[in-house]
Amino acid sequence: IRAHIRPFKEKTKASKRKSFSVQTLLRNKDEEEAKMFRNQYDTDVTTWSPTGRLFQVEYAMEAVKQGSAAIGLRSRSHVVLASVNKAQSELSSHQWKIFKVDDHIGVAIAGLTADGRVLSRYMRSESINHSFTYESPLPVGRLVVRLADKAQVCTQRSWKRPYGVGLLVGGLDESGAHLYYNCPSGNYFEYQAFAIGSRSQAAKTYLERRFESFNESSREDLIKDAILAIRETLQGETLKSSLCTVSVLGVDEPFHFLDQESIQKVIDTFEKVPEEEEDGGEAEAEAAAAPAEQGGAGDQDVAPMEM
Amino acid sequence: MTKQHANWSPYDNNGGTCVAIAGSDYCVIAADTRMSTGYSILTRDYSKIHKLADKAVLSSSGFQADVKALQKVLTSRHLVYQHQHNKQMSCPAMAQLLSNTLYFKRFFPYYAFNVLGGLDENGKGCVFTYDAVGSYEKVGYSAQGSGSTLIMPFLDNQLKSPSPLLLPAQDAITPLSEPEAVDLVKTVFASATERDIYTGDKLEIMILKADGIKTEVMDLRKD
Repeated sequence: IRAHIRPFKEKTKASKRKSFSVQTLLRNKDEEEAKMFRNQYDTDVTTWSPTGRLFQVEYAMEAVKQGSAAIGLRSRSHVVLASVNKAQSELSSHQWKIFKVDDHIGVAIAGLTADGRVLSRYMRSESINHSFTYESPLPVGRLVVRLADKAQVCTQRSWKRPYGVGLLVGGLDESGAHLYYNCPSGNYFEYQAFAIGSRSQAAKTYLERRFESFNESSREDLIKDAILAIRETLQGETLKSSLCTVSVLGVDEPFHFLDQESIQKVIDTFEKVPEEEEDGGEAEAEAAAAPAEQGGAGDQDVAPMEM
Repeated sequence: MTKQHANWSPYDNNGGTCVAIAGSDYCVIAADTRMSTGYSILTRDYSKIHKLADKAVLSSSGFQADVKALQKVLTSRHLVYQHQHNKQMSCPAMAQLLSNTLYFKRFFPYYAFNVLGGLDENGKGCVFTYDAVGSYEKVGYSAQGSGSTLIMPFLDNQLKSPSPLLLPAQDAITPLSEPEAVDLVKTVFASATERDIYTGDKLEIMILKADGIKTEVMDLRKD
């Protein structure tokens, strides 16, 4: 109860403002104080902070960063979604992070995978209902708006919490291939290529170097770039086909997963010539004695709810 | 004071005949392509056969608007099944789903007379025959629609469906080979076309086997 007294202290300070220069000085002080009081405005998703932020929504975005990496790239005619297969222990199977929504739409998730599964079911249902009513495939752009609106609802109800999952939605419509990223905040953006989840920055850096050529890329080059981007997130661990899941969809190619053999074939094309790759760490990775254990130990920073 | 009756009906009969025959490793599903209303022909080129799953094909005669709606509902439900189970529906599963879907509208039925054909989990042919409200039975062969009364007795004569009362229990599957079954289907439709005004124009035959589906079209009398 005593904690509620503090905000009033702030307000009395603000009411003492007189001149403009004094205002600026005091505003900076307010922000500093707001940082101290961050945990006062973060209990409810329906409580604004004094600086105009909804901390619960921001915390939900943090959950996305804790999940294992997911990557999406698109060309004019194809979309590739790839993810890292991290299993909680050697005994268990890995979490499925890529889902088929329809023949022409796929989604890769990062964050609370349970939330992702529920949203995938919603997307599938929307797609089926649209096909039933209009006898034509649901355009991706429409689907992501509905998804975003659904996420927004959870940011404005006191009895709900935001979805803790980021979705990379890849799909095909009459205007070609598209890749979108849906946030827990209810925002969505279109991308040429994107990566989400833990250690995604490494993949993003790789994609930033190459993205300008993606539009004209062939299907095979796109898949290769996706796997290379996945490799970036593994940071030294040897890339094996068992560690990643890759899915493709395109014009005349309904959404499907690539089998382990096809993925391994692509890996073999660049694993054999390490000196040609920009990332010189490749040679070191191959020399590593027990890469699997390395990867397992490094996984403790992945949040439990991701599994 | 007699009861007031509606001056219109929500139903219409678009005619047509559907037949299916199950074999040891195949299933033949056939239907004519004539769509009628009253004594008029609406079109000579309408398919009454619809693939629901890799191993389940539905053929329905009756009111085609209801048939179309029924096909759409089943197709959507099949998509949901595939998402949930990561595989296609088997023919017996689809048979039960069709029955449930029909009974769901017990008090405003789909005016559809269905024959579901396909391959069961063991790769053997299976045919399921229905009434408008979902009562169904697995059989070795069946005919539904306007020409069914002409065709069914002939199929009974040729395919000798074993009585379920006989012991030892015999398979409903016909011993005919696939070309023989297709030939039989062509014969029965040619005969039905002679006497049934709602059957004719073209005959569409779908042959379902483990490696895929083949379609054949044969001309029928157009009068």
